[in-house]
Amino acid sequence: MTYFSESHEYVRVEGEFGYVGISDYAQKQLGNIVYVDMPDVDDDVEVGEVFGAVESVKAASDLLSPVSGTVVEVNESLEDSPELINQDANENWIIKVKLSDPSELESLMDEDTYNSKNQ
Amino acid sequence: MNKRTCLYDRHVALGALVQPFGGFDMPIQYSSIIEEHNAVRQHCGVFDVSHMGETFISGEDAERFVNHIFTNDVTGAPIGQIFYGMMCYPDGGTVDDLLVYKMGEQLYFLVINAANIDKDMEWIMTSAEGFNVNIDHCSERYGQLAVQGPEAETVMEEVLQIPCKDLVFYTAKTLNVDGVEVIVSRTGYTGEDGFEIYGSHEYIVNQWDKLMESGRCKPCGLGCRDTLRFEVGLPLYGDELSQDISPVMAGFSMFCKFDKPEFIGKEALLKQKTEGVARRLRGLMLDDRAVPRHGYKVLKDGVEVGEVTTGYRLISVDQSCAVALVDSSLKLGDRVEVQIRKKTFPATIVKKKFYDKHYKK
Repeated sequence: MTYFSESHEYVRVEGEFGYVGISDYAQKQLGNIVYVDMPDVDDDVEVGEVFGAVESVKAASDLLSPVSGTVVEVNESLEDSPELINQDANENWIIKVKLSDPSELESLMDEDTYNSKNQ
Repeated sequence: MNKRTCLYDRHVALGALVQPFGGFDMPIQYSSIIEEHNAVRQHCGVFDVSHMGETFISGEDAERFVNHIFTNDVTGAPIGQIFYGMMCYPDGGTVDDLLVYKMGEQLYFLVINAANIDKDMEWIMTSAEGFNVNIDHCSERYGQLAVQGPEAETVMEEVLQIPCKDLVFYTAKTLNVDGVEVIVSRTGYTGEDGFEIYGSHEYIVNQWDKLMESGRCKPCGLGCRDTLRFEVGLPLYGDELSQDISPVMAGFSMFCKFDKPEFIGKEALLKQKTEGVARRLRGLMLDDRAVPRHGYKVLKDGVEVGEVTTGYRLISVDQSCAVALVDSSLKLGDRVEVQIRKKTFPATIVKKKFYDKHYKK
């Protein structure tokens, strides 16, 4: 199940883990992505707090975590190929988080709600 | 409400991302900045730059007046010659950078930045006291296209039927199209060969449509205009030049002709040149992929030594680079750090040109 935040991040939940990335709508708005600033493994992330940034040619945009937890993996392929997000934002998640409070998911949007808000 | 150029409807129809720039709603990109950037480097792109300001200066003191407000020297130039330079305040700070076209004996055409039109016109008017000149501010009458790239010459000749093979770099000529005067010059802001066309709104829209129909020229937005000019070390007013950044600090002394009898700012700029300045513009090349942006701090051993004026992950070269205003004590090859959010990234001081210009001279 995938959930979306108001700030255009998604979290795809698989068991006790969540894969966090930016929505396809967000990558289209940003344009060519040239750098992703990612946290380190074992860093804690907080819901609604900055955990990194995604940079397009033109500008840097903060990444806000849709969930709280601990980073267990970062998508290392984005280090050399950040443009993968433009190619497939859903497939190319940014961090994998061990969720500390799954109840946070209730305040996020499901895919249909998110898509209907962001045409 | 922001102003719109004569091509605004065309941009909207093409689905451009439109954002405010210099008081105008301007196209930032049509497809992608990278695609548009590469089109100009490899083939041909066209920019709507109708937001740029223009003014004619004529009258018996025209040459003397232009030399008074302009850092470069137009004395005795042939008709058709174009000069790049700055207008400065008495303290050396920059009012604007501009092109001056010599269009006739005692007739000059000045091209100024959109964001500075009001300020510049006021400055020009005020400075004209005591000179016998006529100032004809014509920004509203002219649209402007920039056709840029290695294929620009063939596109101009074959698609627009504008003969320009023999037009020399930094010169202009006038065409008479159905009784309307059009100015064409071999100039640009991309580091590639290219042309700029100034004409009535109707003429400019017609030329744009011809270019679009031909499919030989990609519409390009201000997004790639900035990445293109940055790579080849061209300054943008507001970033590399400002009221606080003089041409000498910016490394553009070559456009200040100190052997002229006088120009506004001469004394201050000459002093800066001979005695040195506290900070000057330098290039930075980062070791990592992170992207330096305008306003980010530059540090040396943890101490602030400057600030980024423009930075990008370059498109023509796989490298993150910046231009920064830094302490003059820093030399080429010195190592510094750039503060990007919470981290610092190591960088080397280099010349502020990251890609070679390909002008046809």
